[in-house]
Amino acid sequence: MSLVAQQVDAVLQGVSVLNSISVSFERNRFYGIIGPNGVGKSTLLHILSGSDAPSAGGVTLDGVPLSHMPGKILARKLAVLQQGGLPPVGFTVREVVAMGRYPHQNWLGGEGEDPEAIIDEAIHTMELAELQSRKLHQLSGGERQRVALAKLMAQQPEILLLDEPTTYLDIGYQIELLDTVKAWQKQRSLLVVAVLHDLNLASLYCDKLIALHRGGIAAEGTPDEVLNPAVIERLYGAKTTLVKHPATGVPQLILQPGES
Amino acid sequence: MLLLAVSMIASLSIGSAGLSFADVWGILIHQLPGMPDAADKWTAGEIAIVTQVRLSRVWLDVLVGACLALAGAGFQGVLRNPLADPYTLGVASGSSVGAAFIILTGMQLALGLWTIPIVAFSTGILTLLAVIWLSRSNGVMQIETIILSGVIIQSFLGAFVSLMVSMSQGVVNQILFWIMGSLAMRSWEHVYMMIPFIVVALPILLYFSPSLNLFTLGERHASHLGVKVERTKLIVMIVSTLLTAAAVSVSGVIGFVGLVVPHLIRLLVGPDYRLIIPLAGIGGGIFMLWADTLARTVLSPKELPLGVVTALIGAPFFAFLLHRRMKVEGGAKH
Repeated sequence: MSLVAQQVDAVLQGVSVLNSISVSFERNRFYGIIGPNGVGKSTLLHILSGSDAPSAGGVTLDGVPLSHMPGKILARKLAVLQQGGLPPVGFTVREVVAMGRYPHQNWLGGEGEDPEAIIDEAIHTMELAELQSRKLHQLSGGERQRVALAKLMAQQPEILLLDEPTTYLDIGYQIELLDTVKAWQKQRSLLVVAVLHDLNLASLYCDKLIALHRGGIAAEGTPDEVLNPAVIERLYGAKTTLVKHPATGVPQLILQPGES
Repeated sequence: MLLLAVSMIASLSIGSAGLSFADVWGILIHQLPGMPDAADKWTAGEIAIVTQVRLSRVWLDVLVGACLALAGAGFQGVLRNPLADPYTLGVASGSSVGAAFIILTGMQLALGLWTIPIVAFSTGILTLLAVIWLSRSNGVMQIETIILSGVIIQSFLGAFVSLMVSMSQGVVNQILFWIMGSLAMRSWEHVYMMIPFIVVALPILLYFSPSLNLFTLGERHASHLGVKVERTKLIVMIVSTLLTAAAVSVSGVIGFVGLVVPHLIRLLVGPDYRLIIPLAGIGGGIFMLWADTLARTVLSPKELPLGVVTALIGAPFFAFLLHRRMKVEGGAKH
């Protein structure tokens, strides 16, 4: 299982956002895409998911171009956790989680195996059993994000794309969400690609980081290779100090105020 | 379903001709094969009122109501806008321009009885094509652009209708009456014309109803689950427009049914389009049946414009349900 982008260009409203990006992602790895605001992280993720077409270049999944794959076939292999989460609709938690089964259904809405067990498992993993008959618009933002993840689990993908999954969540929910994704990734040998704003979180969870800058890839490698103050200053224009995490040993960056 | 059958039976029996409930049913039962001829108990006129006038009108009420409510549910599903209704894309104003032009120029009989329906249907469809053409860029139709294009076309064509109304002198009432909607003086042919639209459209909308459920989460969510978003939008909008154009060409512009009935059904059964679509069809039929029964009996023998009645009973009923739901949900939260 590999997801490969080849010389991908993206032009949004006449402005070139991504310029000849080539990058490949392998199974059983957790990748983080980092970079400053407006650099095209989400655009790259949309292109990797097949929902947006690149202006030039292409993305292949195991050698097959995404543009040639029927939507439902692709959705059985690749699931996306969108930025902003789920809207407050009137469906119940269980109904929304069950929507994750859509790509596995035939045109009559049935499927080969019994979906209820899969839906139950997703609901229990995300600890939503008590909320399952509540409506989505009655839940908090953090609870809705758990429903979104449970829906992805019901989808049973092999590739998981996460677009800023921790934005607007407090630190408790951030750690909880990424712990769950990491455990799921290990258990099923998933390929995970996450756009992350928080560099220290990215360092804690990702095997590899891809740093975007000015439409290209500025740095690529393990957190140890990418997260050094020189690269970060070039990307963000901010001064940082590098320390080793006392428990895990991964790099963590401490911010430094500018001179006044 | 049961409610629909009961409503049809009740509506059949109510009318201005002064026939009793027993008379109506006696005549109907005598029409069944193998029954003795009805002619010796009732006059030919009475038999004609029941079998030709009332029975066809009841069926037409049900079909027009079902078409409008189904179209409304379809538009609300793909546009995810609570104000969307069958006329959002300007189909009604397109049909009105055609009909008003025919009435103004006095060409009502140029193609026989069917002149106004055919012209109204065609101009309605042309309007849809114009809206799609306006709102399409790079093969993608953005919802905001669709709604805006519909509004623009609607006001543009609405101006034409007003122009024609002001240009005509003696026939002003005729144009206005057509626009206000009526199902009087229709025949079984109109019923037969509506049936294929429902028979084709209902399975198509049902087929897309699971996709419409995913649409409620947003187009991107739907596309990530494998829904072909643009194709779904286009097909559901075209099917809904065909239903609307069929209804409008037969009945004129009857407002409120397509907007309110899907919302009523949603308030009753929740957001699942697999239930909303079929129930909106049935609910639209019932709603229209009662509205038309009122329209033809309240000031009998004069008829009220049907569009006026649907709005007069639809709006307060809807406000009541909305208010009650807000109270229930507000109470549940505390």
